[in-house]
Amino acid sequence: MLRRKLTTYLVVTPFAIVLAFPFYWMLVTMFKDDLDLYNVENVPYVYNPLQWKFWESATTKHVEYVFRDTPYTDWIVNTLILGAVVVAVTLLFALPAGYALARLSGSWGQTAGIGIFLVYLIPPTLLFLPLSPVIARLGLHDSLLALMLVYPSFTIPFSTWLLMGFFKTIPQELEDAALVDGCSRIKALLRIVFPISLPGILTVVIFAFSLCVNEFIYAFTFISSSENRTISTGVPNELIRGDVFFWQSLMAATLIPSIVLALLYNAFLDRFIKGFTGGAFR
Amino acid sequence: MEAEAAPRWTPGTRRWRRVLEDRRVLAPLLIAPAVIFMALVVGVPFGWSIYLSLTDAIGGSLTGNWVGFDNFTNAWSDDNFQKALRNTLVFTFGSQAIVLVGAAILAHYLIRDFRGKWFIRFLIILPWAAPVALATLGWLWVFDSLFSVINWTLGHVLHVVDTNDPPQWLGRPNLALLAVIIVHAWRILPFAVVIFLAGLASIPSEVDDAARIDGATGIKKLLYVTLPLQLPIALVALLFGIVFTAADFTVVYVLTQGGPFNSTQMLTTWSFQIGINSGSLGEGAAISLYLFPLLAAVSIAMLFFARRAQVS
Repeated sequence: MLRRKLTTYLVVTPFAIVLAFPFYWMLVTMFKDDLDLYNVENVPYVYNPLQWKFWESATTKHVEYVFRDTPYTDWIVNTLILGAVVVAVTLLFALPAGYALARLSGSWGQTAGIGIFLVYLIPPTLLFLPLSPVIARLGLHDSLLALMLVYPSFTIPFSTWLLMGFFKTIPQELEDAALVDGCSRIKALLRIVFPISLPGILTVVIFAFSLCVNEFIYAFTFISSSENRTISTGVPNELIRGDVFFWQSLMAATLIPSIVLALLYNAFLDRFIKGFTGGAFR
Repeated sequence: MEAEAAPRWTPGTRRWRRVLEDRRVLAPLLIAPAVIFMALVVGVPFGWSIYLSLTDAIGGSLTGNWVGFDNFTNAWSDDNFQKALRNTLVFTFGSQAIVLVGAAILAHYLIRDFRGKWFIRFLIILPWAAPVALATLGWLWVFDSLFSVINWTLGHVLHVVDTNDPPQWLGRPNLALLAVIIVHAWRILPFAVVIFLAGLASIPSEVDDAARIDGATGIKKLLYVTLPLQLPIALVALLFGIVFTAADFTVVYVLTQGGPFNSTQMLTTWSFQIGINSGSLGEGAAISLYLFPLLAAVSIAMLFFARRAQVS
């Protein structure tokens, strides 16, 4: 038993260290002073000069710079607004579709479900070229509206699939009871099915939102002015000025959203697995 | 509520309601909005992309003159395209090989319960949760030409590289391709682990018991019991990984922009270069469509396995 525990740690720990290493390096970098960071004789993993009160060799001025002197907070606000709108639109389309695919349709429903999911596999890299003149014609260039219109194209299939998985795990008897009691199907849906599925729906919200935060190529081609950018395109395109990299500020701007998303992912991971596999691979 | 409302129904609304209760009506009614929306924002642009690839359309225009398959043949005869095609395949299958092996090992141990699992799992899913463009910026800094933390470690601690002339990870063609592969494998690995965990969780505990009774333990059990049962889910993870990697634009663009000397150019970055930067919309569309056979093959395979999984 002890040996089993030991081997588990011996395998899992190196993986965790390698996978998380870039984030550790971001964390150390963001509080480094220029003199410390840009001296190759210094040990990069710690704050120099090395002392017990290590924070006295560190500085928060680069982190403050990101929030005070760059449009970083604008990008965060843009991303939040964009994500909220896209998630709302997505739920509007995906909730009914996911439910119908899980419950109402026969054998062709399974096929339709997989069909919708396959749309998720048509990547933005295949679609951004024809979409970019369309966006320009609609007068949506350099507007968050363009992204609000386009992003549901990948969040809807993804969310429909997950929701279908969640709805399948809800016992049919609950709904049947409501139907026998004289509820209409729509009412049963709104009063019974959706409230019970709230954890599943919340999972969809988190992951659909993170897809919006992640998206790069649409945001990169459709948005051109600095103040309209999202964090994914703003940080790499605007915080790097020519050849000068402000690494501490860049790493602060990078690490903060990453940690927030990872905490959310970790909290909802088990539910994600359930919905993801509940769809077909059971 | 229901009882009070009932007398006010006219026969017409009652019939309407009964029609709504019929699943043959209700199901398509609930699915239709999603399907129509998808057709508009995915189907139409996709069709348009095929049309554009057959014309000489330039940047900003929606139409062009018909040129047949000229764009496809022109693109094909370009050395950079050939390089991009080869790179896409190396990039995709190279990173997925790392991912599959890593995920199979990691998931096998991560499914166990141990102290501190929550924190370890948090560290492991960080690369997947972090926004791609930002995580890749982190790697840009890790691979920096002067202050690379990897080179510092290799030079000052392990003494395996010359500290005065350290490897330029993003400045040498082969190293840059390797760097792009590593970063993408790093990013997809946690996602594959999650899918593997889902697969492992779905193996019934009776199988475990039966294996124990038959005396299968340790490496033998892994080889003859767990891995074969994991095969379907491993294929799913692989297919996803192939699509996400072959269609990736962000990692390559942020890390190398296709350089140095187009040595890390992929089909995606090359179509961006031609279609957006050079303004040859038609040829750009043709280049990106060269990805389609690969994606279609993967989708068909996925469909096949999903059905198989359904039957068993």
